[in-house]
Amino acid sequence: MSSSTNTPTHHTSTIGSIGTPSRRNTELALLVFAVVIPVFAYANVGLAINDSVPPGLLSYGLGLGLLAGVGHLAVRKFAPYADPLLLPLATLLNGLGLVMIWRLDQSKLLRSLPNFAPAAPRQLMYTALGIGLFVVVLIFLKDHRVLQRYTYISMFGALILLLLPLVPGLGANIYGAKIWISIPGLGTLQPGEFAKIILAVFFAGYLMVKRDALALASRRFMGLYLPRGRDLGPILVVWFVSILILVFETDLGTSLLFFGMFVIMLYVATERTSWIVFGLLMSAVGAVGVASFEPHIQTRVQAWLNPLHEYKLSQAGTHDGILHSEQAMQALWAFGSGGTLGTGWGQGHSELIRFAANSDFILASFGEELGLAGIMAILVIYGLIAERGIRTALAARDPFGKLLAVGLSGGFALQVFVVAGGVMGLIPLTGMTMPFVAYGGSSVIANWALMGILIRISDTARRPAPAPAPSPDAEMTQVVRP
Amino acid sequence: MNKPLRRIAIFCGLLVLALLIRDNYIQYVQADSLRTDTHNRRVAIERYATPRGDIIVDGNPITGAVKSAKGGINDFEYKRTYKDGAMWSPVTGYASQAFGATQLESIEDGILTGNDDRLFFRNTLDMLTGKKKQGGNVVTTLNAAAQKAAYQGLLKQGKGAVAAIDPKTGAILALASTPSYDPSTFAGNSTTTDSKAWTKLLKKNNPDDPLLNRALRETYPPGSTFKVVTAAAALQNGLYSSADQKTDSPLPYTLPDTTTELKNEGNIPCKNATMRVALRYSCNTVFGKIGADLGKDKMLEEAEKFGFNAQQFTPVRSNASVFPKSMDKPQTALSSIGQFETAATPLQMAMVASAVANDGTLMKPYMVDKLQAPNLDVVSQTEPEKLGEPLSKDNAQILQSMMETVVKQGTGTNAQINENGVTVGGKTGTAQHGVDNSENPYAWFISYAKLADGSSPVAVAVVVEDEGANRDDISGGGLAAPIARSVMKAVIDSKK
Repeated sequence: MSSSTNTPTHHTSTIGSIGTPSRRNTELALLVFAVVIPVFAYANVGLAINDSVPPGLLSYGLGLGLLAGVGHLAVRKFAPYADPLLLPLATLLNGLGLVMIWRLDQSKLLRSLPNFAPAAPRQLMYTALGIGLFVVVLIFLKDHRVLQRYTYISMFGALILLLLPLVPGLGANIYGAKIWISIPGLGTLQPGEFAKIILAVFFAGYLMVKRDALALASRRFMGLYLPRGRDLGPILVVWFVSILILVFETDLGTSLLFFGMFVIMLYVATERTSWIVFGLLMSAVGAVGVASFEPHIQTRVQAWLNPLHEYKLSQAGTHDGILHSEQAMQALWAFGSGGTLGTGWGQGHSELIRFAANSDFILASFGEELGLAGIMAILVIYGLIAERGIRTALAARDPFGKLLAVGLSGGFALQVFVVAGGVMGLIPLTGMTMPFVAYGGSSVIANWALMGILIRISDTARRPAPAPAPSPDAEMTQVVRP
Repeated sequence: MNKPLRRIAIFCGLLVLALLIRDNYIQYVQADSLRTDTHNRRVAIERYATPRGDIIVDGNPITGAVKSAKGGINDFEYKRTYKDGAMWSPVTGYASQAFGATQLESIEDGILTGNDDRLFFRNTLDMLTGKKKQGGNVVTTLNAAAQKAAYQGLLKQGKGAVAAIDPKTGAILALASTPSYDPSTFAGNSTTTDSKAWTKLLKKNNPDDPLLNRALRETYPPGSTFKVVTAAAALQNGLYSSADQKTDSPLPYTLPDTTTELKNEGNIPCKNATMRVALRYSCNTVFGKIGADLGKDKMLEEAEKFGFNAQQFTPVRSNASVFPKSMDKPQTALSSIGQFETAATPLQMAMVASAVANDGTLMKPYMVDKLQAPNLDVVSQTEPEKLGEPLSKDNAQILQSMMETVVKQGTGTNAQINENGVTVGGKTGTAQHGVDNSENPYAWFISYAKLADGSSPVAVAVVVEDEGANRDDISGGGLAAPIARSVMKAVIDSKK
């Protein structure tokens, strides 16, 4: 977690990587845990709710095991030197999320809501698609540096993806945010989740080329280094456009995430602390600016500062042109009712959060049933994923890989912070999903793709240096490896 | 690029740390207050997860529990039921899945749900032996026959309230209020039936305000019944030392410092009348002058000894009855005959009668005899408690003889019980109210019954607010005394 512990590992992995063990068997052992724990959890829920082991236990366990196994085999085959922790951690989170989603499917209250359809089978399908995409990434992305070629294509791709929800007929307004597009016959898709990855590719590619110019060719102004407009211009424009689009789509969480990712990557690329100062200043100005005219955001801030009041307004059915939401308070009650050890799986009442109990607010559902202990474990798992990602960045030997890895894992950490912080009332609620655990196809699939790229970078980073090219003079020489 | 990378790693660690700290704060520090927050629906779900314990009268439960109707979004397992709900609601209050709980149902909620800390040890044992959690019982002091007599008497008269007390202990024997409501009708949380029933009862939709517990929560001008307190003050302060001593009472009597004449109802012999005669005929002039002669401080002191200006917790809270604290001389005279700002709950006036009947000792009124654990072990037992001594024993007996005259040959003859040496003492009241006394007055009657052996098993206060009656027909003796009589008789009969 801290830099001091990373120093020796970083040292060996960048210079003395020859002979780094592949750790594939470690990964397999961890994966077994990552599958067995959710299977036990699933049995536990069934016993708690129906006093019987759920009939789907075997198929569920086999399904999750199969998916994890496919992922593992793909890594073993196509990325043998990859970080051994990333896949098991993601699998564990995904499995726990599936159990919670299935558990909420059993709730009478949620079943009685209009448009109820069990979410767990769909989530399992999304997981399969996600791991499919993960495998595809590993197979076809032989080297992450290939992505550099698509720097500007990525820029357009990300912008188009972000614009799609605003296209009439395609975009779907769900619960006040216009961040979905509906594809007839397939359902809805949240392009922002994919744009996150693609934008990181663009930022990494652009910053890698321009980092020297940005860092050095700058004027000093009030102790801060300001870059020249032509260096910063394009990236600033793209960033600003993304934020603008998201503001129109009232998706503040994602714009915050993009902004944070941008600042992190800029800081890493230029090694200039002034960017952090700029970033904080700009985000403060941006947040206050947006909040001053967006009623949607204003209610979120109100709900954050005084959730009980907002709850009462929503219960009273106050119609003052603003949608009052009881969710923030319901989430706090769920957390509080869980206490230290939780009510036990299947024995809480997190369905009181209603439709969002398995998506944006799934962390509150976990908080009630698994308690402080469970939430801390989940947060630590997220922290581990982010830190393994940054470790990958440290180990990467090319600046593009470093930037991409830190962008993706820093963005991942920011997303976790924004969502969990919002649900717990640490910061205003913005409405994103917890990666891997929350119900939602786009999120699961995109995050598996993200995991694929990280694993690809870490494989490249940890791969032993290639054997020297055989020279005609040394045909008989054998390379002996320990 | 590695230095900023390490810093980013630290930054991400700090983000997670912030989340961990926040999580500890809400799930450890704040957990209890969030879990028990009354708005948190889990509290209600828990409350109705097991059959609620019962409220018991005379050994029989007047409540029950049934499985809630299934289906829909009903997450409450059990629903409260009531037997004779309308008759008992001033005692029980209600426990509704949708609208919360009041009065005994709310105050003793811990025992009734089985969540009370005093049941913790038992609950832990039950958990270990695998027994399902059950609620305990609340055993009341009420007397079913007296309650029935009170309620049915009131029903005949329209609006009103009755409070009856055992003078010796302070145990409440009857607590009736009409119009009433049946808490069963909105005990569930169905929007089609329960919410409708509830809405109909709300004051804004029902001017009769059936949800109001008139016996405890409504204060009425006590009218002439307050003269008992004034007489007690006269005796206690030595203004007059016997019932048959001539008082210094001119007729007509002009209120001090004014030119206003205080009038009597009708042409009654009040000039220099003895207190016995004055109470028998209910002379405003005599008691008004007594109040003015004593002054507000002595009157206030005596009224507060009877319990005025204080809330009573039975444990259900009763409103504080009012005897004004600042007034001039004429106002003191008016207050002393139960007018001006003087206002009393029926419970308060029953306390006045009970203190007189109990030879001057006022007992603290209470309605919960004991709390039982689910296996009927007694968790807590209420011991009778002395609240004060508004009268000396001798003065109390003087006042008794005066009140008995009222029933024997005065305005309260309707309360006579002519059997087995039962003596009844009482006082009628007809309280003017409204602007310029334009509205129909309230008919009051307070009384107690004494058995042949001199012990007194019951004191009662009745108030009838009858807007429909012909104004001239309204009198405490006519409307309220018969109800008091039947309540007292029910108590005496049930003692046999």
